[in-house]
Amino acid sequence: MSLQEFWDYLVLGVMLGSLYAVIAIGYTLVYGVLQLINFAHSEVFMLGAYGSLIVLQLVSPGDNPSALASIGFVALAMAGSALFGGVTAYGLEKVAYRPLRRRGAPRLIFLITAIGASFFLYNLAGKLFGRDPLPLPEMYDNHTVFSLFGAGVNITQMLQFATAVVMMVALDLLVTRTKLGKGIRAVAQDAEVAGLMGVDIDKVISRTFIIGGVLGGVAGFLFANLNQVSYTMGFIPGITAFAAAVVGGIGNIRGAMFGGILIGIVETMTVPLLGDEWRSVSAMVVLILVLMFRPMGILGERVGRAA
Amino acid sequence: MSTTTELQKDAGTAGTSEETLLELKSMRVFYGAIEAIKGIDLTVRKGEIVALLGGNGAGKTTTLRTVSGMLQPRHGEVLLRGERIDGIKSHELVRFGIGHVPEGRRVFSTMTVRENLEMGAYRFSSVDMAEMDRVFTLFPRLAERRAQQAGTLSGGEQQMLAIGRALMGKPELLLLDEPSMGLAPLIVQQIFEIIEEINKQGTTVLLVEQNATQALGLANRGYVLETGEVAMSGPAADLLADNRIRAAYLGEGAA
Repeated sequence: MSLQEFWDYLVLGVMLGSLYAVIAIGYTLVYGVLQLINFAHSEVFMLGAYGSLIVLQLVSPGDNPSALASIGFVALAMAGSALFGGVTAYGLEKVAYRPLRRRGAPRLIFLITAIGASFFLYNLAGKLFGRDPLPLPEMYDNHTVFSLFGAGVNITQMLQFATAVVMMVALDLLVTRTKLGKGIRAVAQDAEVAGLMGVDIDKVISRTFIIGGVLGGVAGFLFANLNQVSYTMGFIPGITAFAAAVVGGIGNIRGAMFGGILIGIVETMTVPLLGDEWRSVSAMVVLILVLMFRPMGILGERVGRAA
Repeated sequence: MSTTTELQKDAGTAGTSEETLLELKSMRVFYGAIEAIKGIDLTVRKGEIVALLGGNGAGKTTTLRTVSGMLQPRHGEVLLRGERIDGIKSHELVRFGIGHVPEGRRVFSTMTVRENLEMGAYRFSSVDMAEMDRVFTLFPRLAERRAQQAGTLSGGEQQMLAIGRALMGKPELLLLDEPSMGLAPLIVQQIFEIIEEINKQGTTVLLVEQNATQALGLANRGYVLETGEVAMSGPAADLLADNRIRAAYLGEGAA
């Protein structure tokens, strides 16, 4: 691998990783407050992508939109994905998980419910939206904007990375600085005592799902913008992002960001070194290695940690 | 129970009024099919310190948890200022002026001291800085460590933080569950002095303790629970003088 190739793939890896990081946050947030691996989060991601597709089909950007119109289309698509992602996650909590919580169901039941919800949602999407992958309508004329260490970065990649970073910074501020964030951390550490402080646990859990859902939904849009929209698109990125959350230390938000970027780089670097077919394998190898030597994940220590 | 005695003279202790703040009326609490509290009556008057004593499994903690809404009674009533509060969830009950310092302190260990105190004021739209200053005056150690993570504090400091956190919610009734547990005698002494000070500043206290001598030394009145029932109750001085109490809880052999 030449140095130039190294830079090319590193830039690509960081960008893909930023997407994994945003999805991983959704897993880690929910795990924090419920100790639940929300396997249906991959479907939140998928439905977010459909949200942007539906909005774009409604407004149908024609050929060669002006720069201003392009920004508008991107904003609308993003809003559509955020709405779909947020509503799906909210609904999941309300319909699937809350009744189990009321009855004090064992962990395993939550997990099976999550897997069931995932099956239900992606089959429903296949039925509603058709089973053929669809590209997002073009919102702007994609071209290389600048180069980073000689690696060309185009608008789509820039949009993806910038959005992911903005979302991560916003989330970090929300969790560390706001009252809701403090409530989320308190519920993650000790829900019962958080209740004694006046934290409405149901409300905090519901909002946590919405936040994770919005992030996951927008990630779905960004992913679809690079690839295509399909009802099965959630599975692989979902599992990979889940691995990233575990690598970083599940429950730890900055850990999820770190794990996402790490897995993104490893996966992408695998392509020139071993070939494209080894991508997902290498991500899982990282997961296994981390679990062997640091079972609590790289940044370890779960429980409502922001830092 | 045949050993049940009423030592009910009038507790005409200074600083307390006749106004009832908390009242439990034949309250029964179950864990599944197991009856943990078998119908107890208990009164806490405004301004008092009331000690709730008894051995392990007597139902002390269960009683406190029921008062603060973490558990619901299956029968009977919980009244605060004459108003029914059973059935209300704990996060809503804080607004009624109940503060609960749980057993084992349970501070938010990865939050700083300051953040823990802010959590205590969660029910208010903003944190009352004057209240925080008052907590820091009561516990100068916490002021020194305000930026430190709560998990790095010593046991005594964590207990202080747990009490300070409850005070941030400006409770009228403070429920304290075994504040002396696992602490060195000198620290226990400090904690009890602070509880007395908090009470003097106008907060009514319901104190659960295994450490009966110290609790009764502080309290106006006391209740002794045995397997979910009130075995004895009365002014603290009378309970301290009672032979059976001395035998059972103060570690004296005399029967």
